[in-house]
Amino acid sequence: MRTFDLSIPLDLTAALAPDISLMLGAMVLLLWAAWGRESIARQRAVGAASMLLCALVAGMVLFFMWTDSTVGPGPVAMDGFRWTADLILLLATFATIALSMDYNERERITSAESHVLLLLATSGMMVLVSARDLIIVFLGIEIMSVAVYVLAGMNRRSDRAAEGSLKYFLLGAFSTCFLLYGIALVYGATGTTNLTEIGGRVAAAGATNPLLLIGMALLVVGFGFKVAAVPFHMWAPDVYEGAPTPITAYMAAAVKAAAFASFLRVWMEAFPDVFVQWHYALWWLAAVTMVAGNLIALAQKNIKRMLAYSSIAHAGYILVAVLARGNLGSSAFLFYAFAYTLATFGAFAVVVVLSGRGDRYLRIDDYAGLWTVRPWLAGSMAVFMLALLGFPIFGGIGFFAKWYMLQAALDSITPLARLSVILVLTSVVSAGYYLYVVMVMFMRPVSRPDSDPQPVGRLTRWVIAAAAVLILAFGIFPDPVVRLTRSSVIVPIDR
Amino acid sequence: MTDPAYPLFYTFHFYLFGVIALASALAFVTRKSPVAAALWLVNVMFALAALYVMLDAHFIAAIQVLVYAGAIMVVFLFVIMLLNLGHPSEIADARGKWGKMAAGVLGLILLAEIAVVSGTRVRPEWVVPRGEMNRLLAEKGAIGVVADPLFTRYLLAFELTSILLLIAIVGAVALGRRSDHTTDPAEESAHAG
Repeated sequence: MRTFDLSIPLDLTAALAPDISLMLGAMVLLLWAAWGRESIARQRAVGAASMLLCALVAGMVLFFMWTDSTVGPGPVAMDGFRWTADLILLLATFATIALSMDYNERERITSAESHVLLLLATSGMMVLVSARDLIIVFLGIEIMSVAVYVLAGMNRRSDRAAEGSLKYFLLGAFSTCFLLYGIALVYGATGTTNLTEIGGRVAAAGATNPLLLIGMALLVVGFGFKVAAVPFHMWAPDVYEGAPTPITAYMAAAVKAAAFASFLRVWMEAFPDVFVQWHYALWWLAAVTMVAGNLIALAQKNIKRMLAYSSIAHAGYILVAVLARGNLGSSAFLFYAFAYTLATFGAFAVVVVLSGRGDRYLRIDDYAGLWTVRPWLAGSMAVFMLALLGFPIFGGIGFFAKWYMLQAALDSITPLARLSVILVLTSVVSAGYYLYVVMVMFMRPVSRPDSDPQPVGRLTRWVIAAAAVLILAFGIFPDPVVRLTRSSVIVPIDR
Repeated sequence: MTDPAYPLFYTFHFYLFGVIALASALAFVTRKSPVAAALWLVNVMFALAALYVMLDAHFIAAIQVLVYAGAIMVVFLFVIMLLNLGHPSEIADARGKWGKMAAGVLGLILLAEIAVVSGTRVRPEWVVPRGEMNRLLAEKGAIGVVADPLFTRYLLAFELTSILLLIAIVGAVALGRRSDHTTDPAEESAHAG
């Protein structure tokens, strides 16, 4: 156990060692990627090296977790919450690169930069989940977002990718204005950007200052855009549909998890004492997001759009964790993020396989009779759908994620009984579209004109198998994940 | 009603540049021709730079002229000319009734916010004492005042910004580069069909 003094540059560097290693490694890979002709082989080689780098950084994170280091006051935090969130993000990146390697080969996307940009986006997310200063929060969000804007448009042959990327960029820039304006107003009201100091000054002065209230509202809008909460979700379906499918999975799982982790940290370290002022705003945001996301998802015919609205609905569920506050809320969030990441990557990996070259088969009806053609794929997809639904046993860890979330909501200092009812009811509504996919796969006759099976890349197969096995295994033995997330709490600095 | 703390000379220039900035901004949003509008925006930038100088922020004033009035406006004009938007009729549809109304409402909200902000009492310990900026400028120079915290307290933010810019450059190159040079025509036609 060691305490890092962040005013010393060397200690600051050490405290950010995993993040900096990822950035440096990504830059080396960038040079390597640029050093020669683009080809499928080079794309795969850079991808493999990127996966290795992810594993190394995850090892560093585990080392920090094991040594149990702490920090003094400063711009970054070192607590279990950060390390566990890092691990979830690195897992998501690892899976995205694996899927991208196969997907890019099939779609003839030869630029190896996509893997490097993924790594850099992840480094931004890792900075974001550790950030204890609003300036660093802003920079982390921007590093993440700018890389993802580009990744969304990486398939330059697709008009829809270009449209989605541009839309994401413009609306993202717009939402950044809200975030930045909110940060500026909070700074104006408290005189500091450090979360610990903001917390102290807000607690001392109370939230009577209109500047602070407007600033907090604008911060909610900024974060709401990034996590695609209703009514700030307009960009999500088009962007999710247009982006290359592995990147869609990355946006749905990693971008959302990172933005939410920072949301939680900012709210728990800076504004815990003015709970009354933001409680109702976030309450309604969560309720509207759950209801609208699930209802609109029911009407979707395209699997990627359906999963986009489903991810909006999940943002609503996770917002309940922000409202639950305290250690219960943050552990419930981490557990949920882990389960959701597994299920999302599994589901999108199946979509990658079945959409075929050029993403031709994206309607849910294209999945008809999958059970008779490819029983394993259909079975895995059923597990992922049930996990997203939160179905017991067959949905594995997805059930415990929802259970744990409800428990956090009901056991929090101010029990969220009505919100829990909304969570349960909207989950029942979500059965309408998750089970529809299962029904189409298992009970409809084969409808596709060319029923010759699409080839499945080896890495894609591994991602699907690993996601399904982990979901089911942790569904039976959730203890390790529960213990990890219980001990991974946000540890604010004493004011 | 001149504040005795500010000499008439100062007050006169404050109002002079304030009026220039406001008038130029009004001209900027009412011009039909994009080129004329862009040039009025340059004028706003210059007037703001003058106001920054009066706030003792010399470095920011210089950067304002170099970056905003210089670099960014040149890019604006490049885009206008490349897209051949010089004729007012071509962009008339960009200024629909609803767009104007939304902009007006947003302007009113921002105005209300300024009213709220100016009504807020600033905690006395955050008010910079009079003459403090002049003392710092004399001690460290205009650039030192900015550079000192940038490379000590905000070093991490500075370095992260460089990563952000790197990503922006890589992204621009990756998206803007001519594509498809490894795709053979047969593959492409099969893909289209």
